[in-house]
Amino acid sequence: MILVLLVRRSLRQHLLSTLVTALSLALAGGLLMSVWVVKGQARETFTRQTGSWDAVLGARGSKLQLVLNAIFHLEASPGNVPFADYQAIATNRAVALAVPIAVGDNFRGYRIVGTLTSLFSEAEPVPGRKFRVAMGGRVFEDGFREALVGSFAARRLGLKVGDTFRPYHGLNFDPKAQHEDEYVVTGVLEPSNTPADRVIWIPLAGLQNMSGHAAATASDVSAVLVKLKSPIVGQQLEMMYNRQGDRFTFAWPLGTTLAQLFDKMAWFDKVLELVAYLVALVAAGSVLASIYNSMSARRRDMAILRALGARRFTVFASIVLEATSVAVLGMLGAWVLYLLILTAVASVIQTQTGVVLQVWAWNPVLLTAPAGLVLLGALAGVVPAIKAYRNPVAENLLPES
Amino acid sequence: MDALKIRNLKKGFSVPGQVGSLTVVDLPELTLGAGEQAALSGSSGSGKTTLLHLIAGILPAETGTIHLGNVEMTGLGEAGRDRLRAGTIGYIFQTFNLLQGFTCLENVLLGMSFGKGADRAYAMSLLGRVGLGDRLDYFPRQLSTGQQQRVAVARAVANRPHLVLADEPTGNLDPENARQALALIRQICTESKAALLLVSHDPLVLAGFDRVLSLSQLNRAALKEVG
Repeated sequence: MILVLLVRRSLRQHLLSTLVTALSLALAGGLLMSVWVVKGQARETFTRQTGSWDAVLGARGSKLQLVLNAIFHLEASPGNVPFADYQAIATNRAVALAVPIAVGDNFRGYRIVGTLTSLFSEAEPVPGRKFRVAMGGRVFEDGFREALVGSFAARRLGLKVGDTFRPYHGLNFDPKAQHEDEYVVTGVLEPSNTPADRVIWIPLAGLQNMSGHAAATASDVSAVLVKLKSPIVGQQLEMMYNRQGDRFTFAWPLGTTLAQLFDKMAWFDKVLELVAYLVALVAAGSVLASIYNSMSARRRDMAILRALGARRFTVFASIVLEATSVAVLGMLGAWVLYLLILTAVASVIQTQTGVVLQVWAWNPVLLTAPAGLVLLGALAGVVPAIKAYRNPVAENLLPES
Repeated sequence: MDALKIRNLKKGFSVPGQVGSLTVVDLPELTLGAGEQAALSGSSGSGKTTLLHLIAGILPAETGTIHLGNVEMTGLGEAGRDRLRAGTIGYIFQTFNLLQGFTCLENVLLGMSFGKGADRAYAMSLLGRVGLGDRLDYFPRQLSTGQQQRVAVARAVANRPHLVLADEPTGNLDPENARQALALIRQICTESKAALLLVSHDPLVLAGFDRVLSLSQLNRAALKEVG
């Protein structure tokens, strides 16, 4: 109890330096946890976005580009796949489901993707869960200029059932490139927390035949999403398309392809991690400097405590506990900061990719990082504590001149 | 049993540039009975404060013995001396040495904490007895000099010590406050049955004591009883 009283009063006496030091520790802890969680969750969540799909078939090119384009609705399509080739893979005995997509238009920056209604009736954006249309809406009908809008896109664009819009040509928004065709919104999808939420879905034929699109490639598709009957057969198709053929790229398995993305970004993770560790070290140094500098002013108080009967170890422990308390205070701030950072990062990632990070998800680093920093803070308190331990009592009790 | 018994006590300090040490205290004998009150006089630099620090165990003795009751202080290590000081000695300083970041009540509670343990009710009653019952949550800077000294007195006796050491306790007070503080210290010690060894060079203070001890020149380090 006596230690608690000593520490509490000391922290209050040095409130400003306590808060500044705690804040620097909070910054270190918040950064460390955020970097760690975002890195882990992004990898896990992005990998999970493949839903029930096992592979993507597209024009010859980069597998990663193909997957980013077909699953995440990012990047440009590497090229087209003739409709006959879509039909060929769709009827392959090894394939359980094949759904074509066509891209090339947008509405105010949100990608318009042409597809078949089987995407909504058979595919699962998240394993075990099919697409659901929000109350009052329905999936578009093939052959009509109708659209089904992803939940995020609908919210951002303010689109609701019955609204009409005219698509813009290209994947990037250009106000001068608006098509003549007018589409009516027949439904809004319930949030799936996948990139599909950022997409405006229209019938495949609608996109293929949009005014201004090349007639020669009107029947082509941009990519084919493939679900295999068994993961093992992926190897046969991979052999057939990638090694024996030279017209297409068969991106399989998707997890391995996506891992390339994170491998490419690994250096950036390392830099962020390094920055967080450096901030942690600087923060621990500030704990040391802050308490150490205050020791001169506190020599008399330490001597008085000793004269009252406090043992050297009590004085030592009070300083270490004070440093630990500053660190604990900092960690409370770190959790708040972590939530703020993660909320902001999650919002940016959702806006850019449609992928939703779980801000409140548990991760062991939420405990280990603060524990580590508290330990670091306590260790930083040892140096000033030794100074207090060695403080000569008699000479510091003498009246100040 | 005597509250304090000193035999052949010596203490010196090394002086920069000199071989050996300068003897500051050389005390053949000093005894203070249980509950006895005595004053110790001496000129400035005569080693009065050093002697009190030795008795309190703040400084270790070089040779000789100091008995507090039946415990030999000089036979103890630093931690043992700390424990003994916390449990049996009350110390009143000239400059009060109150902890500025703590309230009156907390200062008194701290006086207890390292010894027999904090007793909030007793601490409050002590502050009431020194006339500060309505200033429990005041910080030292919010009190007058005389009031601060009264807190220091309450703190010194808070742990029910057998011996109270008072180092020039009225040195920083005006005559009226000094008179009141001295009367309070003596009264509280009497009520607490604590022996009192009070250091002062103020003739008015010394005149109030039946027993006055004079600490002679440092290097002679002899004790001369004049009272």
